[in-house]
Amino acid sequence: MGIIEVHNVSRTFTVRTRAGRLRREKREVRAVDGLDFTVEEGECVGYIGPNGAGKSTTIKMLTGILVPTGGRLRVASVDPARERVGLARRIGVVFGQRTTLWWDLPLRDSYELARRIYRIPDARYRANLERCVELLELGALLDTPVRQLSLGQRMRGDLAAALLHDPQVLYLDEPTIGLDVVSKSRVRAFLREVNTLQRTTVLLTTHDLTDIEQLCRRVMVIDHGRVVYDGGLEGLHAAGESERTLVVDLAEVCAPIEVPGARVVRTDGPRQWLAIPARASAAPVLAAVAARYPLVDLSVREPAIEDVIARMYSSSEAHPKGATV
Amino acid sequence: MAAKLRLRPPEPGTAGLYLAVARGAFRRYSTYRAATLAGAVTNTAFGFILASTFLALWRARPGLGGYDTTQAVTYIWVSQALLVTVAVWGGGFQDDVQERFRSGDIAVDLYRPVDFQGWWLASDLGRAGFHLLSRGALPVLAGALAFDIRLPTSVTVWAVFLLSVLLAVVVSFGLRFLVALTGFWLHDSEGVRAVMLVVAMFFSGMLLPITLFPGALGELAAVLPWSALVQIPTDLFLEHRTGGAVLGALGFQLGWALALLAAGRGLQLLATRKVVVQGG
Repeated sequence: MGIIEVHNVSRTFTVRTRAGRLRREKREVRAVDGLDFTVEEGECVGYIGPNGAGKSTTIKMLTGILVPTGGRLRVASVDPARERVGLARRIGVVFGQRTTLWWDLPLRDSYELARRIYRIPDARYRANLERCVELLELGALLDTPVRQLSLGQRMRGDLAAALLHDPQVLYLDEPTIGLDVVSKSRVRAFLREVNTLQRTTVLLTTHDLTDIEQLCRRVMVIDHGRVVYDGGLEGLHAAGESERTLVVDLAEVCAPIEVPGARVVRTDGPRQWLAIPARASAAPVLAAVAARYPLVDLSVREPAIEDVIARMYSSSEAHPKGATV
Repeated sequence: MAAKLRLRPPEPGTAGLYLAVARGAFRRYSTYRAATLAGAVTNTAFGFILASTFLALWRARPGLGGYDTTQAVTYIWVSQALLVTVAVWGGGFQDDVQERFRSGDIAVDLYRPVDFQGWWLASDLGRAGFHLLSRGALPVLAGALAFDIRLPTSVTVWAVFLLSVLLAVVVSFGLRFLVALTGFWLHDSEGVRAVMLVVAMFFSGMLLPITLFPGALGELAAVLPWSALVQIPTDLFLEHRTGGAVLGALGFQLGWALALLAAGRGLQLLATRKVVVQGG
């Protein structure tokens, strides 16, 4: 049994819009529709989707602050909406754009408060704090008021605050938003450590796909309230029908190259760009080109994960699955 | 299902948490020293203006409202001391909660295994403790130097006064909590707060002792919760109410405090249910 189980979960909101002077029309909007997935203990899953896809709604339901309209939901074997307070002691939540730290007081005070809120035994609290301080390099910041911390420092502070009580599940909503490259890699290294050594289950929502590439072996893509892809990162290329690009430099300007298994997507003087399916081998195409055209130089470009996902979003845009009723 | 959303009353063993929250709030307000000093100076300046006005009024109409001239001047200084301590104009935790509604951080509060009302009550009591020492004691000291005012000589009266101030803060919290929670429905409780400010100014005894209000208005003002904010603690300080009336006054404050906390708890339940069931 998975630590997070979501079976056919849906959530509709009633939106009132003005229709005429006094008349208001009620409309049902389905934020999440027939959501189905299971997350096993110790997994690190990337949860991505365009704005408005239903990511936040899912997180809210998983933490129990929103009741699903239909379906069945379990986190650590309990129904989150029924046991919100009890569950809150066993999960950690970090929002990149929100803070749970006490703004005007030193970082240390917020941790002391967390110790009391989550009733963390003294020995465990000391050990966890020490570990977080070391891994997140917070030592010099403990006595600094939170309002004086930089965004990256504050984010690291928030991460520590969410992990002092050894949560079984950690929900992260854009944990690296607005951070510089160094801060990002520090946060990622810490999360990797928490996930692999502590076996903490992580559900990570982000728009930064590097987060996913570096942390998650599994990724779920949600769009219009449904999971449109669930699997390994590599599989995304196949699912998204992504293509590799072969950049070919010829000795002279030629007509667009015509070889089996490739098509020209762009030409610029003697240089031509050929698209080939990501899973196909480039060798036969290369051989065909070299045999028939005056080849001077070439390079192969791997598909960017961003492009793959962008294509996935836009293709589900073309076939909306009853997002609105 | 609704029954399962019930908010549990604070569990035993959480006293340490709420103490820590109150201590944190006290320290938090104490970090802004310049603002505190500026505030205390403002209270003192208004104390001077109003005390001079009352002095002139009571010289013309001695014994007005049952206060002698010294009591009337003292009334001004004590009410100035209570203004910010009791948050007659609103504020304190209310500013924090309003800000959390505006920024959306209010959602984070629901992720934490803490009682919302208990958390903010503790925070507001910590704040009030700091304000009593800074915005309360300093102006009264200044007033005592410049005017002939009457300070209680008995330890019992001081103790009764401090207890009454504590209850006044809780009553004020109860009222402000209800106003702040309207944010769940109105998104911004600023409008409700502005109305409450005027009502509180008038009915708390901040503007004029409500014993000066004529007839039915005076009787109404005496039973509304706002009289628990300024009028009652000040009267106890002035020993304007003595004997059995002291217990009556404290009982009145306690009654309103409990009633308002209970109403706040009910409204909090409705608000949580609305968020959880209808979406924020």
